[in-house]
Amino acid sequence: MILKLVWENVRHKPVRTLLSILLVAVPVTLILTIIGLSIGFFEDSQKRSGGVGADVLMKPPNANLITFSSVTMPSKIVEVLAAEPHVVQAMGTVVNPTSGFLEALNGIDPVAFDKMSGGFTFAEGHNLQGPDDILIDTWYADQHHLHAGQKVNISNKEWTIAGIVEPGKLGHLFVQIHTLQEMVGASNHVSQVFMKLDDPANAEKVVSYLKKKYEGYPVLSMQELQSLLSVDHIPVLKTFINVIIGLSVLIGFAVVSLSMYMAVLQRTREIGILKSLGASKGLVMGIILAEAFCIGFGGTVLGILLSYASRLAIQTFMPLAIVYSWWLIAGGIAMGAALLGALYPGMMAVRQDPIEALAYE
Amino acid sequence: MSSNGAAASPNSSAEQIIRIRDLRKSYITGKVSVEALRGVNLEVPQGEFLSIVGPSGSGKSTLFHIVGGLTPPSSGEVIVAGRNVSAVGDAGRTELRRKSVSFVFQKFNLLPNLTARDNIRTARFISGLPSSHFDDELKSVLDLLGIAGRLDHKPSEMSGGEQQRVAIARALATRPAILLADEPTGNLDTKNSLAVLAILRDLNERLGQTILMITHNTEAAEYGHRIVHMRDGLIVETTNRSDF
Repeated sequence: MILKLVWENVRHKPVRTLLSILLVAVPVTLILTIIGLSIGFFEDSQKRSGGVGADVLMKPPNANLITFSSVTMPSKIVEVLAAEPHVVQAMGTVVNPTSGFLEALNGIDPVAFDKMSGGFTFAEGHNLQGPDDILIDTWYADQHHLHAGQKVNISNKEWTIAGIVEPGKLGHLFVQIHTLQEMVGASNHVSQVFMKLDDPANAEKVVSYLKKKYEGYPVLSMQELQSLLSVDHIPVLKTFINVIIGLSVLIGFAVVSLSMYMAVLQRTREIGILKSLGASKGLVMGIILAEAFCIGFGGTVLGILLSYASRLAIQTFMPLAIVYSWWLIAGGIAMGAALLGALYPGMMAVRQDPIEALAYE
Repeated sequence: MSSNGAAASPNSSAEQIIRIRDLRKSYITGKVSVEALRGVNLEVPQGEFLSIVGPSGSGKSTLFHIVGGLTPPSSGEVIVAGRNVSAVGDAGRTELRRKSVSFVFQKFNLLPNLTARDNIRTARFISGLPSSHFDDELKSVLDLLGIAGRLDHKPSEMSGGEQQRVAIARALATRPAILLADEPTGNLDTKNSLAVLAILRDLNERLGQTILMITHNTEAAEYGHRIVHMRDGLIVETTNRSDF
């Protein structure tokens, strides 16, 4: 009977209810989109770093392990590292950020790269041949509507798209390493060196050895690099997400509180009727909270649906993951804010004098 | 006829379902204290149909609200259906409304979002009675009220007379010891007023339902066994209807 009463109350003012649900849905979508973007970006990065086929990575001294490195390591170090114990192949690459968000040109030696990674899978075209050739992955091609054979201007240079490859290997854009070295004015230098070992199980041993031998050079296993590619290892991002969650709670709280406050005011007489029938304070509060629960639940469901819509809109620019575990968290936040927001209006309803409530016009 | 003091019941041997001694009620309005009831004494035996009449400000509504547990008395003793209303708190008065008294209001006060059936079911649910089905007793009341065919309509789809009958059905659905009617014909035309009053008298006669009705309308008051006249917070006269 209570469910019927709550349902009829929610249904009685459909516009107000739908607006409240929509406003609760906004922070849910915001949370899921921000989380989806963060995790999507890191999943994409993990996949691409894993796709190189290397076991160990070395970066220049003072370089951040999970961001783009400057081109300051002499190319000769590649040969030196290739001769180290357990290393069967060493490959230097040059990374140069473009004007795109978190986007970079990757300078590679196509032969060495194919040997280490197992080669690209081509959707269109062929491998890098000329100095101005560029390979782009299908994600970038779809985003910019590009095809093999077309010209594309990236970092103020016109490139010829030699081929379009399946994503998941190092980056989205690949050019000849020498061309990129010249572009950045760092001939005979690389940004990082990937190493393939005789056995991946030797990675920790090799990392430890290289750290001692090449003091100051950050060295880490690819497994370790992948574990670092998470929200938890970027304090700024973690803070940003916490701020978004805090704002979401605030918005959800304010929206539901306002909505339920209006509902209580509009239904003053009905609350008086329920009290005249002998409804307890707990029952009246329960009805208000149940309505807030409905709004919170509806907002959560709509927020999840809208997060799919935002994914459709964003994924052409940024990888956006659907993180199912956050449905519960975002839903919990929305429901918590909704119930919290309904507490004050609920208390108002509970405290209403039945005689005054019955006289309310 | 008696005046002031304890308004005597026509059937003093019957169990007194309402017993009021020296009831006083004061309100604070702004900085002014208003004495709405100034020492009311009243006894109502079970099964009586009592009318309370009086001008605005006479205290009849305040008396009604106290007997119905909607507001506490300032002082005095009020026993309603065995409960000492003056000694219980808010929870006790809620319990009184849930178990022992039911209201019929001038403005019907049906829950507007619910059908007539659901209004009745809500009252039964709150009273702790089965709400999913109506028992034979309730069905016979619905037949008596002539609203059995209107149960799936919402208040906005019913006439004033029909709404008041639903309100009466809702009030009786919880099997209250006392039915409190506050100007039940105040919003009805003459035809519906007479019908509702006839129904109240019929319910009283057939089911032995105790009814306490407050009204401005002296013709409506005539339907009661006894008429209590109030003025300035006091019972000033009691008229026993000899034709009952």
